[in-house]
Amino acid sequence: MQTVTFSSTFDVLDDIRSFVGEQARGAAFNEKDVYSIQLATDEAASNVIEHAYQGRLDGKFDVGCEFRKGGLIITLLDHGEAFDPSKIDEPDLKADLSDRKIGGLGIYLMRKLMDEVRYETTQAGNLLTMVKRKG
Amino acid sequence: MKINTKEFKHCDMVSIEGRVDSSSAPQLSKALDAVIGKGVYKIVVDMSQLEYMSSAGFRALLASQRVCRRYHRGEVVLASVPERIREAFELAGFTELFRTYGDPLEAVGSL
Repeated sequence: MQTVTFSSTFDVLDDIRSFVGEQARGAAFNEKDVYSIQLATDEAASNVIEHAYQGRLDGKFDVGCEFRKGGLIITLLDHGEAFDPSKIDEPDLKADLSDRKIGGLGIYLMRKLMDEVRYETTQAGNLLTMVKRKG
Repeated sequence: MKINTKEFKHCDMVSIEGRVDSSSAPQLSKALDAVIGKGVYKIVVDMSQLEYMSSAGFRALLASQRVCRRYHRGEVVLASVPERIREAFELAGFTELFRTYGDPLEAVGSL
């Protein structure tokens, strides 16, 4: 697995999208899937920066990427506040404009764009694993 | 990301070039707020040069749509939405919240 360490600032998002985009193209995913992988990873990293590190700029997190058994596996490992996905309400997509909640959209998109999304708390830190299968 | 705002008789057009993510979305919000701050509540967002938009950009658009529609009988409409971004919009259930047009000038004419 190729792993790159990033700082907890939003400036790194461009580099993160390039990194996973290159890996996805290397594994011959089509452009629609490449975009989905980039968007899901951006949303995941944005959540780490915003919630796990809560605006602290000195945090570090690792993004790993590997193509195995017909799927691209993307991991994010951070050492900030643990994330409990059960605390995030699914956005109500049927709600009209005035009732539409503005948060929770990132994780919803990650689940829609990827085939698997898992959160674990490990000794090494908070680990998010996402898988996009090919075709 | 680059943003350019142009004034028309009945609306303003905000053209976004490049990529909108959590890093650049505050700049988009600022541009939309500046239009609203002038008392213009009909806004065309021209996406013809937009390459990428994450949910941070969606939130900026939603917040402006809310202000324009709810308080001022205005509207934010989208023009030339690239295919990938349209697909993400559909996933997010945003397609019903914004009218979209194939061409920016057609969008200007609709307001």
